[in-house]
Amino acid sequence: MSEINSNIPEGELTQKWTKFKSSVALVNPSNKRSIEVIIVGSGLAGASAAATLAEMGYKVKCFCFQDSPRRAHSIAAQGGINAAKNYQNDGDSTYRLFYDTIKGGDYRAREANVHRLAEVSANIIDQCVAQGVPLAREYGGLLDNRSFGGTQVQRTFYAAGQTGQQLLLGAYSALERQIGMGKVEMYTRHEMLEVVKIDGKARGIIARNLITGEIERHFGHAVVLGTGGYGNVFYLSTNAMGSNVTAAWKAHKQGAYFANPCYTQIHPTCIPVSGDHQSKLTLMSESLRNDGRIWVPKKKDDTRKASEIPEDERDYYLERRYPAFGNLVPRDVASRAAKERCDAGYGVGASKLAVYLDFKANTERYGKIEASKAGNHNPDKETCMRLGTEVIKEKYGNLFDMYAQITGENPYETPMRIYPAVHYTMGGLWVDYNLMTSVEGLYCTGEANFSDHGANRLGASALMQGLADGYFVLPYTIGAYLSKEISVKAISTDHPAFVEAEAKAKGILDTLINIKGTKSVDHFHKRLGHIMWEKCGMARNAQGLNEAIQEIRALRADFWSNVRVPGTADELNTELEKAGRVADFIELGELMCIDALNRNESCGGHFREEYQTEEGEALRDDVNYAYVAAWEFKEGVNFELHKEELKFENIKVAQRSYK
Amino acid sequence: MSTGNMNLTLKVWRQKNNKTKGALVDYKLADISPDMSFLEMFDVLNEQLINKGEEPVVFDHDCREGICGMCSMFINGRPHGPKDLVTTCQLHMRSFKDGDTIVVEPWRAAAFPVVKDLTVDRSAFDRVIAAGGFISVNTGNAQDANNLPIPKMQADAAFEAAACIGCGACVATCKNASAMLFVSAKISQLALLPQGQPERYRRVQSMVAQMDAEGFGNCTNTGACEAECPKGISLENIARMNRDFASAKFISEETV
Repeated sequence: MSEINSNIPEGELTQKWTKFKSSVALVNPSNKRSIEVIIVGSGLAGASAAATLAEMGYKVKCFCFQDSPRRAHSIAAQGGINAAKNYQNDGDSTYRLFYDTIKGGDYRAREANVHRLAEVSANIIDQCVAQGVPLAREYGGLLDNRSFGGTQVQRTFYAAGQTGQQLLLGAYSALERQIGMGKVEMYTRHEMLEVVKIDGKARGIIARNLITGEIERHFGHAVVLGTGGYGNVFYLSTNAMGSNVTAAWKAHKQGAYFANPCYTQIHPTCIPVSGDHQSKLTLMSESLRNDGRIWVPKKKDDTRKASEIPEDERDYYLERRYPAFGNLVPRDVASRAAKERCDAGYGVGASKLAVYLDFKANTERYGKIEASKAGNHNPDKETCMRLGTEVIKEKYGNLFDMYAQITGENPYETPMRIYPAVHYTMGGLWVDYNLMTSVEGLYCTGEANFSDHGANRLGASALMQGLADGYFVLPYTIGAYLSKEISVKAISTDHPAFVEAEAKAKGILDTLINIKGTKSVDHFHKRLGHIMWEKCGMARNAQGLNEAIQEIRALRADFWSNVRVPGTADELNTELEKAGRVADFIELGELMCIDALNRNESCGGHFREEYQTEEGEALRDDVNYAYVAAWEFKEGVNFELHKEELKFENIKVAQRSYK
Repeated sequence: MSTGNMNLTLKVWRQKNNKTKGALVDYKLADISPDMSFLEMFDVLNEQLINKGEEPVVFDHDCREGICGMCSMFINGRPHGPKDLVTTCQLHMRSFKDGDTIVVEPWRAAAFPVVKDLTVDRSAFDRVIAAGGFISVNTGNAQDANNLPIPKMQADAAFEAAACIGCGACVATCKNASAMLFVSAKISQLALLPQGQPERYRRVQSMVAQMDAEGFGNCTNTGACEAECPKGISLENIARMNRDFASAKFISEETV
């Protein structure tokens, strides 16, 4: 084990970024024109970086596997984006956003990075509005804000339940503008299969044209990965079907450390699994917990309908366990509490793996207020429910419609059934303060890196980080590296390193096609997901993790001898694409279990059953585990741990409590 | 592996690539659950095909929650199937009956050539956006967001136009394969906002020119696009675009 250098600038926390920006080396405009940068991924973190670097004058190539950069999964984010604007005059500040993020991350994030994130958060809102992103407004014409979990101020900007869509379309339009001007070459339906390294530096990628199957070589003075999270290692998650770890994993195998892979966010309010056929899970926004009360029957295996269970036979377990925060405890706490009740036999619905989210009490309360406004001070229950339903409809109508569409049930009449689901991954490629990985010239932005959320991400912070990295951080920090590369001429893709990397990528594709086994790719993906969910999911223990590691190794061997990939490698072949991704997920799954086993504490999204308080809360070990676990890939799917100690110089580390 | 009791006959468009001819192929599916989404039903079909050693049906899909705009099936003569205001991925099998025959084809338009099976090439949409579907503001040039108050009604109207997911259902359903609903939604979003004014007339001319160059047809006011749009984008946008396009000839001092 060795220490690693995060290259955090010297000086006081609040001055680090300002000083860095004013002293970083620059690249003059004529040199920029001959410097090429490759960006993989076109979500918030990728598209914003590609557009901004092209505006600055660099030659940019951008790659995405979808048919258009506008499809990237950032588009599905619902709730909002945080920014320390203090427009509501409720005492918000850069420091407060910084503090909330560090605390929300259970004291496992790097102070300097998070402070920089808070500093640039306000610029993001300005930039997006200037691009024409239609964020929600008040009648006075100014921007509106709402509350989100883990904070006491209103700093979340939003566009109905489609904030991610609107922000991504903003970044996409900036990107398309540069494409139209010929400053970005866009490669859609392309998948990165290898990072090319020359003399230890990232100098390009190998990509597969998904339509023709052709393998292409692309040179870049630097390579940026904005390729998203790895939640699909669990098979079922709220991620898009195509979301994958392949680009990040190939980089990992070329020497980029993978940090804190076990930190996974399980979102408490998702629509439960309805059967074996399920291909993905759908989130119901966190905002519903403002007006929904969560409960299960007090009786085990109760088969009555929700409406037939009287009030005194219901267990509002969050209100019971956490009277101070009630239904608004943070995501990790709410998820674990739901799992605890279901495991104990109190779950509801056909699968018994669900709890109720009930809007009845608040519907009635709203109805009473509405009746009172209309002069009726003694309304009957029916009137209250009728008037209250209108209020609920206005607040959450689109979510209720989506729920009804998916489940076939009417949530205005019966309580929603919800269960936690994998949503976001805080871990990712290790990066230093400059967002550079442990491979020189290889950068990583957005959800794909590990940097800002510690062990648990707060709501509305993912969009903030993706755009901060792409618009305001990377374009500066990458200059520090590129300024030293100006004398490097574009390297021919006939260079042996390109030839070798291409042969390697082709070799893997050919192997997959030629196994000609008996089981589909999905078969293996589902088995992997099952192991991960059962043994490295919401709660983990040493025994289960050790078993999981063995099971995953066996699964890997089975996969490489029995997978069946129909068709050929020189055509559009979606099974071949999936096979490559699942192969990488299998290796990542093993590393996640190794990391979870190594971390003998509970923190944020990582809950080890052996390490909990008497009341069943997460128990951190700050003496031994206040570090970033950065894993180095070793030949034969082995991993070596490197530690980056986290120093908290500006925040007092404390136990989180929501009682 | 499925758990339901619906039996279906599918007639699915199979086409190896854009150089070969395609045809409808019949498939029988048993034990389909009404709780499955339409795409999950296709997952079951593909699993069966793979297990028989055949090639699965290729179709575009990604988020499966109705927002990415990637899924694009033409089901029984309607883009995204029989339900209003949903995408294919949010269509569920309970919208069909046991014993049904379902015909599934790709989007059909000269500007959207078939790539394979149910997958088409919609990159024409990206090129239309690249021609002018943006506000020319570089990163770092923005003023404070609240320096520019925008009346709520106007901001809401811009948002409604901006809700377009770029799926192309409007083109697929139009007898002229016109892209006017898509193009006008972006033009409207930016024309309704003060930030969009400086380039307003230049934008409409560039985008319309690119739309024509891509081979999309003209609009004959049938309104099928609005009826089939999964996001409820209004025909009013087309009217606004036409007004701006006509005005541009008189107002704009710039030539495009």
